[in-house]
Amino acid sequence: MSQGPNKERNGSGGGTPRPLFDWGTLLARFGLVLALLALIVVLSVMSDRFLSWNNIVNILRQISINAIIAFGMTVVIIGRGIDLSVGSLVALTGVIGASIAVLGVPERGLEPTFLQLAYPWLAMGAMLLIGTLLGLWNGAFVAYAGIAPFIVTLAGLTMFRGGALAYTEGRPISGMPEAIYQIGNGEILWLPTPIWIMLIFLAVSYFLLRHTSLGRSIYAIGGNEEAARLSGIPVRRVKLFTYAFCGFAAALAAIILTSRVNSGQPSAGVAFELDAIAAVVVGGTSLFGGRGGVFGTLVGALIIGVINNGMNLLDVPSFYQQIVKGGVILAALLIERIVAKRR
Amino acid sequence: MRKLMLTAVIGLMASPALAEDGTIGLSVSTLNNPFFVTLRDGAQEAAGRLGLDLVVVDAQDSVSKQVSDIEDLVTRDVQVLIVNPTDSDAVMPAVRGAIEAGIPVVAVDRGVNSVELASFVVSDNAAGGVLAGTFICEQIGSEGSVVELEGIPGVSATRDRGAGFNEAIAESCPDVEVVARQTANFNRAEGLSVMENILVAQPEIDALFAHNDEMALGALQAVESSGRDILVVGFDATDDAVGAVEECRMGATVAQQPDQLGAQAMEIASEIIADGPPDAQVDVFVDLRLVTNDACD
Repeated sequence: MSQGPNKERNGSGGGTPRPLFDWGTLLARFGLVLALLALIVVLSVMSDRFLSWNNIVNILRQISINAIIAFGMTVVIIGRGIDLSVGSLVALTGVIGASIAVLGVPERGLEPTFLQLAYPWLAMGAMLLIGTLLGLWNGAFVAYAGIAPFIVTLAGLTMFRGGALAYTEGRPISGMPEAIYQIGNGEILWLPTPIWIMLIFLAVSYFLLRHTSLGRSIYAIGGNEEAARLSGIPVRRVKLFTYAFCGFAAALAAIILTSRVNSGQPSAGVAFELDAIAAVVVGGTSLFGGRGGVFGTLVGALIIGVINNGMNLLDVPSFYQQIVKGGVILAALLIERIVAKRR
Repeated sequence: MRKLMLTAVIGLMASPALAEDGTIGLSVSTLNNPFFVTLRDGAQEAAGRLGLDLVVVDAQDSVSKQVSDIEDLVTRDVQVLIVNPTDSDAVMPAVRGAIEAGIPVVAVDRGVNSVELASFVVSDNAAGGVLAGTFICEQIGSEGSVVELEGIPGVSATRDRGAGFNEAIAESCPDVEVVARQTANFNRAEGLSVMENILVAQPEIDALFAHNDEMALGALQAVESSGRDILVVGFDATDDAVGAVEECRMGATVAQQPDQLGAQAMEIASEIIADGPPDAQVDVFVDLRLVTNDACD
């Protein structure tokens, strides 16, 4: 991950003054959005179903899980970390939450008791708590034991998956109560609930990164950890926070997924970490930290989601779909590289 | 940017011509498993024969991808949706969405819980049990002792395979006695130990039917180390079991016909397009076939 000269990435301004209008800056700013728009235009021409309201809602709902995880991942990556454990974390929090939620299902024909009505909310609260705690677990090893994030979270990937399988003995937990079902499959004000959750979490992540000193500290650490330390930023605590935040995001996604598939699946979330990282890098956040943001990640998740949906609508065989998806990720990185060099 | 567009465009050009209305959608759990590839091939072959357009999407064994796949097929307005679920519970919300959008749904190989399907196409496990029972009768003659190794108690495969087998024995060779009937939970190691115990308890055994190949192969190990001559019949036609049949160590194994599962689902879909969806769920049972080796004596 650390090859090639990339000094230009860390500098903030300085050097020669930029002209008012130049293609490089324009592309860097809006290239992603333009790429997304171009993709939408192409797909609209090729499939008359693509640009229907239903399908747009479809795409937004489909990307919500990946986008939420990717927002958490963005925060970690900006702080020059990575979290490979999110997919397993989705599975583990999902099955634990599902096992709590099923306690709230009344017997056939009976009205739910007050306690039963509380179980779904208890389940979701527990999922967010456990997700955050497992994020702290990852973060502690990275920040305080100084082990490489890749290794720590790779261990997490294996352990949390094992936990999910052990907890359920490999079997899915089904029979969710209505309240859980509604989270992923219901609507609020004409939009599916997962889209609202995604948008709210986007706003929270954006506010955190751009309008708090904690956010500025994350960028500073990602840009230059040593400089951040010397300027008095509590580097360890900030790092710990980024992993906890990412764990929270994964648990939030797990709530939606559990509802969307109406069950707790110990095998769910395989390779979610890769989808999230793909959204982050396609969205223009540097894997070397210090640069990027959640809006880019949203656009990245949209590009991937639009491609997935478009290829399904156009009947591209699934094996070729994977090739195209990989190609798009590669192309996005290539463009980022070219743009970065121009600046 | 331009390259990104180019990549996307090239990717999309690689796709076949635009699909029009009147297509059938097939969401398959995974094409990483030969069983489901054969199922898809059977469906495609039938689509060609019936003059239907078939769109296949592959969930790659991911429940969340399958939900998205089904939603995309609904967006395409397929006339009938055929689903081979990754999990019978997990696809329920998506299948419910399809039904609410007015698309009849046919489940194949695995069912979908808590929804009203148009049809469910599944292997006829009971008929497979009959095949095994009849084969054993033919091989050992009208009299003798047989052993039945049962699968996980209460599971539908155990119930159906056992019922078919016992029915066949009662009808084809009523003088043959089932001298031992034990569960080995579909597990090879348990098949071995359970059969070891039975071998000690039963001085005379002519044949053994196991509800799956794993138990059959475990039991075969016990039989072979005991040196006794017992006809072993399994179920599922796993590679190991088919190999054992080819080597004449095992008498037979019952194979599902995934191509028939796919083809039958398409037949049903075509009937639905012609006549509208049925009033109540139609269950279609696909026959199984026996894998044997005539070269063995």
